Amino acid sequence: MSVADQGKAPLLSVRGLTVSVRDRGVLRPLVADLDFDLHPGETLAIAGESGSGKSITSLALMGLLPNNVTVSAGQMLLDGTDLGALSEARLREMRGSRIAMIFQEPMTSLNPVQTIGTQLTEAIRAHEPVSRRKARQAATEALRQVRIPEPERRMGQYPHELSGGMRQRVMIAMALALRPALLIADEPTTALDVTVQQEVLDLLRDLQRETGTAVILITHDMGVVAETADRVVVMQAGRMVESGPTARIFDAPRASYTRELLAAVPRLGAGRLRAMPAPPETPQPVARLTDVSVRFDIGANLIGRPTHQVHAVNGVSFDIRPGETFGLVGESGCGKSTIAKALTGLVPHGGRIEVQGAVIDRSSRAARKAGCRDMQMVFQDPMAALDPRMKVGDAVAEPLLIHGIGDHAARQARAAELFERVGLTRDQMSRYPHEFSGGQRQRICVARALALKPRLIICDESVSALDVSVQARVLTLLEELKAELGMSYLFISHDMAVVENVVDRVAVMYLGQIVEMGSRDQVFGDPRHPYTKRILNAVPVPDPAQRGMRVPSPPREIPSPIHPMGTRPASVPLRDMGEGHLVAQ
Amino acid sequence: MAGYLLRRIVQAVLILLGVSFITFVLLYVLPADPVRQIAGRSATQQTVENIRAQLGLDQPMLVQYGRYLAGLVQGDMGRSYLQKTEVSSLISARLPASLLLMAGGILCELAIGLTLGVIAAIWRGRPLDQGLMVTSFVAVSAPQFVVGLLLLYVFAVQLGWFPIGGYGTAAHLVLPAVTLGIMGSGWYSRMMRSSMIEVLRQDYIRTARAKGLTRGRILFRHALPNAILPIIAMIGIDIGIFMGGMVVVESVFGWPGIGQLAWQAIQRVDIPIIMGVTMVSATAIVLGNLLADIVTPLIDPRIKMR
Repeated sequence: MSVADQGKAPLLSVRGLTVSVRDRGVLRPLVADLDFDLHPGETLAIAGESGSGKSITSLALMGLLPNNVTVSAGQMLLDGTDLGALSEARLREMRGSRIAMIFQEPMTSLNPVQTIGTQLTEAIRAHEPVSRRKARQAATEALRQVRIPEPERRMGQYPHELSGGMRQRVMIAMALALRPALLIADEPTTALDVTVQQEVLDLLRDLQRETGTAVILITHDMGVVAETADRVVVMQAGRMVESGPTARIFDAPRASYTRELLAAVPRLGAGRLRAMPAPPETPQPVARLTDVSVRFDIGANLIGRPTHQVHAVNGVSFDIRPGETFGLVGESGCGKSTIAKALTGLVPHGGRIEVQGAVIDRSSRAARKAGCRDMQMVFQDPMAALDPRMKVGDAVAEPLLIHGIGDHAARQARAAELFERVGLTRDQMSRYPHEFSGGQRQRICVARALALKPRLIICDESVSALDVSVQARVLTLLEELKAELGMSYLFISHDMAVVENVVDRVAVMYLGQIVEMGSRDQVFGDPRHPYTKRILNAVPVPDPAQRGMRVPSPPREIPSPIHPMGTRPASVPLRDMGEGHLVAQ
Repeated sequence: MAGYLLRRIVQAVLILLGVSFITFVLLYVLPADPVRQIAGRSATQQTVENIRAQLGLDQPMLVQYGRYLAGLVQGDMGRSYLQKTEVSSLISARLPASLLLMAGGILCELAIGLTLGVIAAIWRGRPLDQGLMVTSFVAVSAPQFVVGLLLLYVFAVQLGWFPIGGYGTAAHLVLPAVTLGIMGSGWYSRMMRSSMIEVLRQDYIRTARAKGLTRGRILFRHALPNAILPIIAMIGIDIGIFMGGMVVVESVFGWPGIGQLAWQAIQRVDIPIIMGVTMVSATAIVLGNLLADIVTPLIDPRIKMR
């Protein structure tokens, strides 16, 4: 905030905060010796990677720590009252009225069987002795304040009837309804699409300006930090490594960890700077999709026939050339992952898909199996993608076993070779997935994908769940492997900055169709379609100097891809703007 | 809604048709000969054949089944071989007693099971929880005739609080209903406990706590309605198990319901009664499930009837 505020007494003063978990009778600190101040109206970002203790800190402030975790030392003074010393009853009175919190997952943070109105009014009535009618009025007003259209109607709706962005607005309305002095936002936009993230961040900033609430923003995203925070606390493994004004932290980081963290953040435009020429068009692409559609039946009429169809993918055509990384970007529900499923034969599709010249055919087991030889996938969540009861060495060798390649010794030797290639060691092969970190697990998944020497690897949000420093290392590994082995990647991601850094060519998807496609420089350097412009504009820039330079775009909800049986959404033709830069009209 | 109900009713009729056919075939291939039972040991071969022809049992099975179905759609379930009365009147005389017992049993098992389940979930991992779970395990494992006799001995014979058997007043209902409910209460307490623990871990419970709601409100307004959803579907399925339990409990307590009727009929191979009771039970199960499916969307707005 301004210099004048710094002179005033802080709203929140955290001194020597240590939070420990009781583990077999021994207290092990999760957060150690944390100090920071927060002034009224200020936004403090607590930034760090997973395991840094940033979320535990916020739960400690709320008094919502899990049963076996306690504040073992230090003070959290809110207006002079130590939150850690309060009884549960006094804390309950503070929660929701003086300190409020919003969480990462708007999809699961609201009770599914109660209306929005009920959940909002009970938050008000838990602290203020007002009539039901008065509380409803206040709740409707709170919804209006977070700019939810038709607040009266929303009051009667259930959470599942609202989109993720709308639900997060409801959470914010609920948190701010009683004008708390302190709002803790724990990764409030991490689960949201980039355009929605922008809307929610703008909203938080405006509301803060109106109400003067102090905000603690917990985030892993340095772009979000740069765009919203006044001051930053950088945490690593439970300790504060650096704190200071946002501009100073970004311009002149003192701690080496902060420097590494900032260096690992993917930035839009970085890919262009170290550009290599994209592989040329060849007569036989690795994969060719021609007018591919994927539809799912839903609903049921009197005799149980489906009444509607979800048009997940609608008339999509593109080629993936040998040795190139082809990016597929778009927001959730745009159909990008469905394309991956259609390619691998996991869902039935219309149109034609060829991989290495062979048509993808789901009709027989043998045909499906043959398709897997040339094509492998690396998924988003490496923990879920590995069998927890299978040794990781066996997991990597399993594709060879399934396809009957080599004997046991040969397969183990190949797996060992792959382990070393992805930066793990031979003796780690006999361990189980839970013994590895997230980044190591994703390396194991990459090794497994390489086992059959595929010509195409589909990376479906493969680095999205990883911390930025780990993400950077996995991306480097993928680039090295491509240079060495010459396969192609289909790189699916919602993260525009990551995509800009790794792809040769890219297609932007919206509502099941491609709206723009071309080389990286064409799409990122000269975006033509309004939707491409919109999502590029919304990407948070990890540079505080550029704050406020964005033109805010009006909030917009994506239309439904569900149509009655028999009707098809209109296919938008693509027009060549020159040199293969295709844009929807 | 109307379309959904219509489809479910058509499904229900098809299920009942299937049940009737399978039961009919099973009874047909049964080695016991109902005609021998009717005629008695000393009857001549001629008498036996006469009775067989009179009952139509000399016809091919499909013809017999067709006749049965034709009667069924007109509400005629045939006549008992031995009691010489209409099966429908035998059943309708005893059905109210059975429905009363069933309602009492379900009420018991839900009241005991859900309460204990919620208590165990709140104090999970503590001695109270462990004690309750051991108790529920005993309840699940105890055979109903043992539980019934035990309750009879303690509360009717020794303490004299309730009548030993029979039917008529509310006091008569208590012991049979508790006996019937105890096994299910063991199941429901375990299910409710795990469902509740699962719900208490959800993000929206954390949200409720962050709003500063009281513990009671979080439990009863936020956790309970969500935790009970999977239980409702179970109740529908459970009615089938209940039917089996009723046969046992009715004979232990001399309760004049269709369970006893079925038991006597099975002993004497009185096929029309066995068929009738089976059809009534199957209808009860189908209706129970339909009811559960209608109630669930009323609590959970995410589920639509279609």
